[in-house]
Amino acid sequence: MRRSMKITGVIAAMMLTTASYAQAETLRILTWGSYAPDELIQKFEKENPDIKVEVTYSNNEEMIAKLRATGGAGFDLAQPSHDRIYAAQLEYDIYKPLDLSKIDTSVMEKSLLEGVKENTTIDGEVYAVPHQWGTSGLMKNKAMAPDVKSWGDLCDPKYKGKTSMRLKRTILLGTAFAMGENPFEAYSDLDKYQQILDKVAEKLIECKSNIKAYWKGGDDLSAMMLSGEIVASETWDSTAYKLYDQNKDIVFVPPETGALAWIDTFALPRKGKADDAAYKWINFVLKPENVSIMSASTGAIAAVKGGLDLLPADKKAAVNAAFTAADIDNLKFFANIPPGVEDMEGKTLEKIKAATGE
Amino acid sequence: MQSDIKKLSLILLFAPFALWITLLIIIPHMGMVVLSLREKVAPRVYEFGFGNYIDFINEPIYWNTLLRTGSMSILVTFLALIIGFPIAYYIAKIAGKRSRGALFLLCLIPLWVSDLIRAFGWILLLRETGVVSSFLLWTGAVNQPIEFLYNDVTVVVGLVYTVILFMIVPLVSTLDGMDDAMIEAGYNLGGNGLTVLRRIIVPYAMPGIVSGCIVVFMLTAGSYLTPILLGGKNSSWFTEQIYDQFITRFNWESGAAFGFLLLAFTSIVVWLGLRLTGQTLANTVAKQ
Repeated sequence: MRRSMKITGVIAAMMLTTASYAQAETLRILTWGSYAPDELIQKFEKENPDIKVEVTYSNNEEMIAKLRATGGAGFDLAQPSHDRIYAAQLEYDIYKPLDLSKIDTSVMEKSLLEGVKENTTIDGEVYAVPHQWGTSGLMKNKAMAPDVKSWGDLCDPKYKGKTSMRLKRTILLGTAFAMGENPFEAYSDLDKYQQILDKVAEKLIECKSNIKAYWKGGDDLSAMMLSGEIVASETWDSTAYKLYDQNKDIVFVPPETGALAWIDTFALPRKGKADDAAYKWINFVLKPENVSIMSASTGAIAAVKGGLDLLPADKKAAVNAAFTAADIDNLKFFANIPPGVEDMEGKTLEKIKAATGE
Repeated sequence: MQSDIKKLSLILLFAPFALWITLLIIIPHMGMVVLSLREKVAPRVYEFGFGNYIDFINEPIYWNTLLRTGSMSILVTFLALIIGFPIAYYIAKIAGKRSRGALFLLCLIPLWVSDLIRAFGWILLLRETGVVSSFLLWTGAVNQPIEFLYNDVTVVVGLVYTVILFMIVPLVSTLDGMDDAMIEAGYNLGGNGLTVLRRIIVPYAMPGIVSGCIVVFMLTAGSYLTPILLGGKNSSWFTEQIYDQFITRFNWESGAAFGFLLLAFTSIVVWLGLRLTGQTLANTVAKQ
């Protein structure tokens, strides 16, 4: 008898705690590391005392894997890149359409907003709006590798054993551009795309002996670059900007064929439970005073009007050291990944990894 | 009445185990089997079939990686046994009563640090601008920095370091139960050191050797962090393939199939190992 009393007590206590949770709404954000700085979360919770923010850090692939596992439940706001919405929605049905009337789109940079909308519209419904954008390109140590300017230069025998890249789709696309192809146009004709991939694979297998190691994350790349073990590498721009802070010789180089640009977005998971809070968060982080805090943390440029000017001073200096206006015009935005392409690219990457280049 | 109570207590004792096995092992694996037998024909459309397994057979990259993982794991197991056996023997038989506990504890200490940190430790030591390379440069033994990282030797060394403890522990506990008189008798009957080792110690320690080898082999073949972090541009590991299928290629179906192939492959290797050494699985658990 006493035991059953105890159990009743425990259950009652549990019900009480869930009840008190239900009063304060929880906003569960699935995003990139540094995309939800503590300073902003505290400010947001102060402005909206009834909302509690919970953040899970992840990356594009894992975000989709997490949402796919639950059919879009468990999170209220996700931030995948713009090219990861369309196919993922068609295949796994993990997002819900946005109600654009609840988002202050007037502050967003028009070209980016239109670009994302175009990329993420299914049956007339828009599934994402832009948040931050940045590029992938090259990074070089000016003192040791002054003339690196194309994706192909990573394979230049002059720098044998002193270059690096990440074995992911970015380098496949970059190499394709450097070989005079346009992989994004070939997305509509997968046979053609396979031919391009075969050429790229051949080139990158040949290049293997030139590479010191494939980097896996920003940290090992930074360590290799700062220690001088490598002199040039494929990179995310934000990593290069961080290193520029520590060594002014290390600069980001937009490849001559154009840096590859990505836009991280706002999207609502299909079974999200706090849509209103999510919209509040979106509008909140788009306010100019908050954009600066956000960009200082992410190192990426906000997709709002005048986003470049809202960067903190040191990041702005790094961007200006890297980009000219012509480089910005030459940006190649990642095109939507049609179904099937991920498999083709994955197989190509496996082939490169498994080949013995030496 | 008495037997009823016995039966009830047996059921109660057995229930947590049964629940654990069914809910956490069997049901998830059933799900994986079902998943691995689905073929994607179009977005959101799947058909039943063995396509994922057939893909594996048709793609040399996949089974080469599996064979590579298997053979390197066997090498790691062998090295761990060769290095671990003398250590275990010293702890169990030669060291004094008091130092025995301390030595055993020393072996356990590396386990308090996570795999990830231990791998980063190796990276700090072995990288081109790392401790070992700088030291050699300083002594004048070499005249330019050497890169020790990013090759298969480093992966094997790192793995042996990570798993050797799981070899030492079962060996120590088996050897501990061995009566010293048996060794003395061996010498008294005119055996030399080698004969005693071969005819008395190793046969006695066999259950420990077998269980140590099984654990080490399974851990190595299924490890992810060490091969990824220490491995070079040519060193693929099969678990990496599984991760890639699941995460970067969104191909859960083939990832599940790969998972089962790894399970089947390691089980076959263990079974072969048991057959070749004339042991049974039961032997390794309960002695005599």
